[in-house]
Amino acid sequence: MTIDIKTIKVEPRRQTFGHIARRLGADKAASRYEEATLDVQATANFHYKPLWGADHWHYDEGRTAIRMADWYALRDPRQFYYATYNIARANQYQATEHNFEFVEKRGLLGLLDPAWRGTVEFYLLPMRHVEWGANMNAATMCDQGYGTAVTAPCIFSAGDRLAMAQIIGRIGLALDGNSGASLDTAKQRWMTAPEWQGLRRLVEDTLVVKDWFELFVAQNLAIDGVLHALVYGRFDAEGQRQGGTGVSMLTEFMTEWFAEHARWVDSVIRTAAAECPENKALLSGWFAAWSARAAEAAAPLAARVLGGEAAKGAVAEALGTLQARAKTLGLAA
Amino acid sequence: MTMVAKAKLGLKQRYALLTRGLDWEPSYQSKSAVYPYAEFEGIKIHDWSKWEDPFRLTMDAYWKYQAEKERKLYAVLDSFAQNNGQMGLSDVRYINAIKLFLTGVSPLEYQAHRGFAHVGRHIPGVGPRVAAQMQSLDELRHVQTQIHTLSHYNKFFDGFHEWQHMHDRVWYLSVPKSFFDDARTAGPFEYFIAIGFAFEYVLTNLLFVPFMSGAAYNGDLATVTFGFSAQSDESRHMTLGIEVIKFLLEQDPDNLPIVQKWVDKWFWRGHRVLGLVAMMMDYMLPKKIMSWREAWDIYFTEAGGSLFEDLARYGLKVPKYADVATAEADHLSHQNWSTFYQYTQAAAFHTWLPTPQEMDWLSEKYPTTFDKHYRPRYEMWAEMEKEGKRFYNNALPQLCTVCQIPMVYTEPGDPGTIAFRTSQHKGETYHCCSDGCKDIFDGEPEKYSQSWLPVHQIFQGNCGGASVEDVLKWYRMNLGADNLDQAGSPDQKLWNEWMAARQRVAG
Repeated sequence: MTIDIKTIKVEPRRQTFGHIARRLGADKAASRYEEATLDVQATANFHYKPLWGADHWHYDEGRTAIRMADWYALRDPRQFYYATYNIARANQYQATEHNFEFVEKRGLLGLLDPAWRGTVEFYLLPMRHVEWGANMNAATMCDQGYGTAVTAPCIFSAGDRLAMAQIIGRIGLALDGNSGASLDTAKQRWMTAPEWQGLRRLVEDTLVVKDWFELFVAQNLAIDGVLHALVYGRFDAEGQRQGGTGVSMLTEFMTEWFAEHARWVDSVIRTAAAECPENKALLSGWFAAWSARAAEAAAPLAARVLGGEAAKGAVAEALGTLQARAKTLGLAA
Repeated sequence: MTMVAKAKLGLKQRYALLTRGLDWEPSYQSKSAVYPYAEFEGIKIHDWSKWEDPFRLTMDAYWKYQAEKERKLYAVLDSFAQNNGQMGLSDVRYINAIKLFLTGVSPLEYQAHRGFAHVGRHIPGVGPRVAAQMQSLDELRHVQTQIHTLSHYNKFFDGFHEWQHMHDRVWYLSVPKSFFDDARTAGPFEYFIAIGFAFEYVLTNLLFVPFMSGAAYNGDLATVTFGFSAQSDESRHMTLGIEVIKFLLEQDPDNLPIVQKWVDKWFWRGHRVLGLVAMMMDYMLPKKIMSWREAWDIYFTEAGGSLFEDLARYGLKVPKYADVATAEADHLSHQNWSTFYQYTQAAAFHTWLPTPQEMDWLSEKYPTTFDKHYRPRYEMWAEMEKEGKRFYNNALPQLCTVCQIPMVYTEPGDPGTIAFRTSQHKGETYHCCSDGCKDIFDGEPEKYSQSWLPVHQIFQGNCGGASVEDVLKWYRMNLGADNLDQAGSPDQKLWNEWMAARQRVAG
């Protein structure tokens, strides 16, 4: 049986906007991602050169050495636009919230081996400053980047980074009974502890990178690639043997986020590398330089957490995995 | 080991711990390298920690609220489309108001998104920076939800299909575009004052609210749902705008003259852009909310008046030429609509002459100006239409170098004389429509002498060719569909068919 509700029949005169139809090759129904993203940024007939940098327009392909015939080739495989992004993150955070409640109810952080608890405070809590640096870099990429396809996910990423900095802050508050003392100590360590200085220098150096695509590679591929593998991979695994299940639960957001973030990052870099040999050479060079720096900067922290020999192995493994990943993206090893 | 006893945390304290402590003083790079644009405007900030966070939104709370709003909004949009909600509009003429919105305003939302990403990176204080980043996200929301809302109208009506291409090229759209390009190319503090304060705080009730109220009055359930959904974002933006200006004025007395200059400039820039809204309210809405004059009195004279009274304790004055703008409110919509009527062949929305009933409404709302200066003009044009000699202006108008509106505005106090001002810069003469625009030009002649003026560009051969038709094709305007009068348009024909079908069904 079917039922047939009678309505006045109205025929659409067109399916989508002209710029979308030209990209689809025909006037046919477009997705919400496509209509919200493709060609949304202005491209022509700008009025004034910026007072903060008269060498370029405020939207200018020339702010990076990377060349793309079509900047809208750099699409987001997640097809995020504002609504889908926010809804996805709100759902993910519900799980995080649930985990915080669970960890608190079961007193899971109380099960941490006392020495390991100190180690967690040492390696995890200052990561909130790394995330804050990453937030600034994501904002830079959105600001300086070209084409909504790549710049919109950058501001989403900025939001993610702030959220992760705040999750780490919440872990600190859970550890210190809401006094904030652990966060003060973490900042002290970030500023002065020898194990952190290489990383702080690395982060500060990224804050002044001029080419936004280089920054994309430095932050999203190299630094994230090394640090996430270590902090949420190897360090966390070490914690499993020392009562660290609660910490793993509270950082589950980061693990899940990283896998999803990497899909986007890989897609952008793979597409840019495939565009022309010049892009490939630039991207490969940036990756080689920044991944080597990230590994070197992370080594003292890894040594503090895992001990000398194990740390060397862990850093080498993180770098090796990352290099293999870069190779699949078409970058020269 | 037992857990430390857990202290209760207030919202403010929790927010401060989770957000304000994230920043640090760089030492491997200089502060000026990390924040290269923080000083060139001359604004002095001594202590960023004095910034009071007005929202205290952590990212998780942001996602939660916004996701909830998005779920509701898209449910309404889907239902509107499924039920052919466009057939419930008060009249098809209404559609032209939202054509103007998609081609003229939505791209500004996008510009605001990128602009707030810029200041959300470059203002060296963590509190306002986080707030600016959230506003950047919000503005992206606004452009994307507007595209999705109006995408349904694009399926049936003309004038929407090339909104992006047109925004970069069409003569009257260079008015809003140049406005926002101006803000985007300014320093981060000026941007904050221009958009966060002058636009969002002082003028948003005269832009966003009239469009959304117009939608509500005219049966546009999709747009009005978007409007309601964006309301809480807008009030956050207004709060940020007022907090920023107060903070700058509190930090150093030397900031006052700089801020005052920006307030003067952006008030006038905003006033000129809002002329499009004035015309929309008085002429384009089949069911009118209120006149532009009334809106100006309520939202600028009264609300703005008490705002500036409040800011007087910092030494800030009511924007220069506010009195001129207030006097212009009796003329603005009429002069603008008359211009579009004359150039209907070159506009991507339809025009019409006000009906006798509408003219009576205008007489009532504009007792000192309409019957004396504008009714006779419309009556003459109506006569000409009747005789088959509909008036088209085929001469390209001279544009104001600053606001880029054709030089159609009249002298203050003398509605019979067009106002002209000129300035000299590097041996060239530049033309402005008013003292307000001339002051702006004279303040930054290097900037405004760069203006991409559509008429100059046409004459220089940069817009597709020498004939009007060539230029309109370059705009990607569908001639005979997007442009010209409402009467006889494909929009009108389709609407008439729908209404006839509905009559038949109602039997």
